[in-house]
Amino acid sequence: MRLAVLETEKCIGCQSCMFACSRIHGEAGLSASCIGVRSIGGMERGFTVIVCKACEDPPCAKVCPTQALTSRKGGGIHFDADKCIGCGHCRDACIIGAVFWDDETNKPMICVHCGYCAGFCPHGVLGLQKREAEDAEQ
Amino acid sequence: MLNNDPLENILYIDLSKRMFKVEKRRDLFEKYMGGAGVATALLHEECPEDCDPLGPDNPIIFAVGPLTALFPLASKTVAMFKSPLTGNLGESHCGGRSAVAIRMAGYGAIVIKGASSMPVYLSIASNQVYFRDASSLWGMGNFATGRIIRENETGAGLRAIMRIGRAGEKLVSYACVTSETFRHFGRLGLGAVFGSKKLKAIVVSGKSSLPVSDKKIYKKIYDEVYKAAVDSPVMKKYHDLGTAENIMPLNDFGGLPTRNLKEARFEGASGISGETFAEQYLGRRLACSHCPVGCIHIAALREPYEDEAYFYKTSMISYDYESIYSLGSMLGISSASDFLKLMDKVEALGMDSMSLGVILAWATEARERGLISEKETGGTKLEWGNVKEYMKVAGYIVSQPNDFYKALARGVEHAASIYGGENYALAFGGNEMPGYHTGPGTHLGAFIGARHSHLDNGGYGIDQKTLVNRKMKPEELIDILLEEERWRQVLSSLVVCFFARGIYSPELVTRLLGIAGFDLSTDDLQRIGREIHNEKYRFKIREGFAVDTLRLPERIFETPSPINWLNERYIKDALKYAHKTILKELDAEH
Ligand code: SF4
Ligand code: SF4
Ligand code: SF4
Repeated sequence: MRLAVLETEKCIGCQSCMFACSRIHGEAGLSASCIGVRSIGGMERGFTVIVCKACEDPPCAKVCPTQALTSRKGGGIHFDADKCIGCGHCRDACIIGAVFWDDETNKPMICVHCGYCAGFCPHGVLGLQKREAEDAEQ
Repeated sequence: MLNNDPLENILYIDLSKRMFKVEKRRDLFEKYMGGAGVATALLHEECPEDCDPLGPDNPIIFAVGPLTALFPLASKTVAMFKSPLTGNLGESHCGGRSAVAIRMAGYGAIVIKGASSMPVYLSIASNQVYFRDASSLWGMGNFATGRIIRENETGAGLRAIMRIGRAGEKLVSYACVTSETFRHFGRLGLGAVFGSKKLKAIVVSGKSSLPVSDKKIYKKIYDEVYKAAVDSPVMKKYHDLGTAENIMPLNDFGGLPTRNLKEARFEGASGISGETFAEQYLGRRLACSHCPVGCIHIAALREPYEDEAYFYKTSMISYDYESIYSLGSMLGISSASDFLKLMDKVEALGMDSMSLGVILAWATEARERGLISEKETGGTKLEWGNVKEYMKVAGYIVSQPNDFYKALARGVEHAASIYGGENYALAFGGNEMPGYHTGPGTHLGAFIGARHSHLDNGGYGIDQKTLVNRKMKPEELIDILLEEERWRQVLSSLVVCFFARGIYSPELVTRLLGIAGFDLSTDDLQRIGREIHNEKYRFKIREGFAVDTLRLPERIFETPSPINWLNERYIKDALKYAHKTILKELDAEH
């Protein structure tokens, strides 16, 4: 299962998902969020919801010099904070911007596809999806 | 309050010296929690007696609260200043991303003093303030200013951009500050105070974490509040049609001010109803940060260019009950697209739509009655429903080509003091009236409310729920209004959106505060609410306000309201009692 953005146009920009993600990581506030919502150049045009795509061959893992990031079976990555030296290469490598940064720990925040955030989206923008289903669609 | 909570940090900015400092003011937050309470205390500290609202000494104060970014719907920023419109306590609340951004940048409040010699905008992050040259932004509207700052600054998705349009630059007494294009510090002229300091905008952003007293309980209570918010029928109502939903019910009730309150029912109401907007124009719904409700309704208006076929301009324009009343029924405008055009113009200029509508309505009636003519208006025709001309007048109020427009730029109270027509100049305590002619509750509420806003004590609700069914002694009504206003001091110190007031019960509030490390009982909350209310009144009285000298516009007695026993005697008795009660409260405290 992976977290997917099902219907971006329904997003009202409430950021409940961002707060939820931070909470599930044990923090109140926003520092530990692995999901980002921002307007597309002004709220009148709507929002873009940025989450990890669970790439099958994740570029972030490829550039990690310490193997703190390793790809997981079925897509996505596993993050080992102990190995991370905070170099930020992964952040640069993810061109969709889904490697978020915790300034307080100086380490990346990477989605584990737990789906907790989706439970707090009031409009069904987010949901967990089977990878096969997605593959079949394409 | 918890030891490491950044809420205690107050950012002080001096625009004259281009300096800033951060001070820890635990004392203030422990006493008043945050928001309105802390901002009122800071106003007492920072605003010298009798200072010129448009002078460098007038402070701009922003405050958020302990629950901001911890729980849903603690989403407002309270701004406090001396109002250039009333010359007294200025308080205005705004949502958008402002509150969460200030809290996440690591501050509980921001105080801005002094004045810059050239246009600036401030870029605020944790422990940093940049003073940026805004010369090239000066003269620009709200939309363009936002667009440029958006592209120049970092922090997309985590920032608020609070800015003024040309109305603020030109010191229009009811200029607003706009955040996130569609949200406002609308009332009482904060925009002019920005303009007087040559402060074009403030961008603030941050992304920190906050301490909680117990992580497990935090998550549990969070779920409870979140569920209550998304399940509540009131919240659903605000999400579906938005506040515009109230147009039809208020019209049916006979409480919708129409054509300068010559009437209280509008034959064209269905053309500007929440249903009409939703069905024909609704283009997008938005929410403030950390609000799952999303009451913000944005219309998409498609207009053809006259000179070229198949060429359209599509504008996104926000609408709310209050603006539809003031720029709609109050001006006899019954077409949704006409309203949207006017609204769009007003947004770009950056004015409080409520004040402006009431002023235009007064001017239209004054012209009808021959108090002013085309000599004053410079040829523009003020007539009910004529949206093209109203758009022109809005522009002139900002450019101020003659004395008449200069007078309009200072509010209806001022304009009527020069041109006459005071009996239908609809301001209460100097602030233009809100969209309710529901009975004595709404008008008394606006008269005695500390900021003369319908949200101070919700008097319009008492009319509709209680007074329709039974008559009430003036004393009882005043007591209810004061009681409600005191409780609302608690909510606005926690910066809870008033739409969520049904969810944020005293009992729940104490539990939520526990998570933020505040050990307060419901009695403590009542006491704090009372103290804040008193502090506000202390400031008002210091600046020359007295309930018993308020000007009562006769129009509110002439036009029948749904509560047929509303009359001048009743209002006067009530105000006399309110005056006594408020003074007694202040005495008792000392
Ligand atoms: S799926 Fe889990 S880790 Fe990923 S963004 Fe949502 S809450 Fe965060
Ligand atoms: S919770 Fe849903 S609606 Fe709210 S910002 Fe996230 S994706 Fe958008
Ligand atoms: S209900 Fe509306 S105003 Fe209140 S916080 Fe939510 S979006 Fe903002």
